Amino acid sequence: MTQTPLSPRPAVTDARPDALGRFGQFGGKYVPETLMPALFELEQAFYQYRDEADFEAELNGLLKDYVGRATPLYFAERLTAHYRRPDGSGPDIYLKREDLNHTGAHKINNALGQVLLAKRMGKQRIIAETGAGQHGVATATVCARFGLQCIIYMGVQDMERQSLNVFRMRLMGAEVRGVTAGTGTLKDATSEAIRDWVTNVETTHYILGSVAGPHPYPMMVRDFHAIIGEETRAQCQEKFGGLPDILMACVGGGSNAMGLFHEFVNEPTVRMIGIEAAGSGVASGKHAATLTEGRVGVLHGAMSYLLQDSEGQVIEAHSISAGLDYPGVGPEHSFLKDAGRAEYYSVTDQEALDAFQRVSRLEGIIPALETAHAFAYLETLCPQLTGNPRIVINSSGRGDKDVNTVAKALGGLE
Amino acid sequence: MALVSDRFRDLRARGECALIPFITAGDPDLGTTAAALRVLDQNGADFIELGVPYSDPLADGPVIQAAATRALGHGVTLDAVLGMVKALQPPLQAPLILFTYYNPILNRGIDQFMADLAAAGVAGLVVPDLPLEEVDALLSGAAAANIDVTLLVAPTSPPDRIQAIAAQAQGFVYLVSVTGVTGVRSELQSRVKDLIDNLKQSTDKPVGVGFGVSDPDQAQQLKAWGADGVIVGSAFVKRLAADTPEVALHTIADFCQSLKAALV
Repeated sequence: MTQTPLSPRPAVTDARPDALGRFGQFGGKYVPETLMPALFELEQAFYQYRDEADFEAELNGLLKDYVGRATPLYFAERLTAHYRRPDGSGPDIYLKREDLNHTGAHKINNALGQVLLAKRMGKQRIIAETGAGQHGVATATVCARFGLQCIIYMGVQDMERQSLNVFRMRLMGAEVRGVTAGTGTLKDATSEAIRDWVTNVETTHYILGSVAGPHPYPMMVRDFHAIIGEETRAQCQEKFGGLPDILMACVGGGSNAMGLFHEFVNEPTVRMIGIEAAGSGVASGKHAATLTEGRVGVLHGAMSYLLQDSEGQVIEAHSISAGLDYPGVGPEHSFLKDAGRAEYYSVTDQEALDAFQRVSRLEGIIPALETAHAFAYLETLCPQLTGNPRIVINSSGRGDKDVNTVAKALGGLE
Repeated sequence: MALVSDRFRDLRARGECALIPFITAGDPDLGTTAAALRVLDQNGADFIELGVPYSDPLADGPVIQAAATRALGHGVTLDAVLGMVKALQPPLQAPLILFTYYNPILNRGIDQFMADLAAAGVAGLVVPDLPLEEVDALLSGAAAANIDVTLLVAPTSPPDRIQAIAAQAQGFVYLVSVTGVTGVRSELQSRVKDLIDNLKQSTDKPVGVGFGVSDPDQAQQLKAWGADGVIVGSAFVKRLAADTPEVALHTIADFCQSLKAALV
């Protein structure tokens, strides 16, 4: 495992992002001119509708009755016991059960919010990129629910390792277009989705699935996921009468982490930890640890940390988890890292596989491989903690989709 | 100096529309690129756009994407591209305009990048993923090195935005003729005429039209609609990749002549 030392914490400003869509130096809009008017239109629509009673009522109604929110905050008793020391110290571990959402991950929060916007903007055609397929499934789901044409771009390698999700998307009427460029993973699917949007921008809304991309996406996607942190605050108050001490989530683009963190950024006692994918190990060069290993650059419309070579060419990421297999990261995470407000570490494929099994056996919850990265860091974190701090882990998705990948990696379970 | 603007002024005085071929540097190799630049220079190119291969070319269609991937596959770097340009003797008559995405510029540092361009003799720059809102730092760096930065206008750009972009563009205004990525289209959208008209009302600067322009008929049509320059990319890149370098260089010489003939 790699660790980044804590740097001093400058003040985190309240306006995130600023009017130009910047989080400090990060974010912005680095896209072909063709898309600029669409980004302005989207930003305006978001500001206009998000506070309208009608929009709010429709979104909240669907989040409750269709998605199944609020998701529980679950005390993971046996996982907690697993990390208890003989003297009784060790963290109390709570799981924010986003895996219990309809479609099995947090991704539906954003897909639903954006499809309601698209409907109001009169867009009949929806496109999206997907890595693990969870965002693709969420998008296909809301498109089926609202009768909209849906096209999902997915790397061919990801289509293979997430074939179940490909089937689910097609079942719900989406067209899944395989992307062969590059390594056939999330980066390439995102590029292809952006090319589609440049071409069909006048009729099409692009439901970007992470807190990445050009402004207003990082802000808008964060805000549609902020309900995760809002519920968590209320549930912590109800369960133990206070704030959590530590928040932890996996970070690929970083949407589930941002959804959990946002509510607590201005609570200085709450420690925020994001876990990236170290793939075969950071030293191997085959990883997706953008924040721990990358340099500032521009990819897919935003300035952020980026895995790139000495020439400024983007390096392909590597992770067993398709949803973390991305060489970029949301710009607000880059900002929170540089501001010293959030910490970012990475765990390897192997550590994630171990955690995948550990959580399955201890809690009867099969986490998504993405989520397993957050669980894996408990191995490093727990021995460092004193007393009984309360940790909330965003259990961002369920692992049914990953059983084939895991079975292959483990060579079967004895 | 403003080499790009001066050349456009000369062409305009002669009633000619500029031909601006585009090729991807390093496909199939930098030696062929150098030979192709010479061939284009001698067969009617008024400017030449040279694409620096990039790993994530968002604004490019399949033809130029594939050329960039091939070039990167055999290790073509920005320094190698600029070294090849610098070594061209005698220098090209057509001013060279570099087409590159923003991240490689940022990676090098804007000032260093501009200094390196100037040292290699590059006259202009097009950065397809850098819209007006993000361009300030690049413009000031370019000014110090005397590089013209061309900005792009799209069919979706509203009138006030077109005006703002045209006001900042240097050398010429690059009108993207389609909503879409680069690549050969069988016909021009009729709204390109209106776009040229609108742009002409906003600016005296020359207007170069590109994306999707691929044959002499289209070039002639654009001249008739008032374009000051025509950029042809994928159609060159495709021809250059279709055969052995020796044969392909002849093919692009003929193609370049046929395009220029449509523009005088």
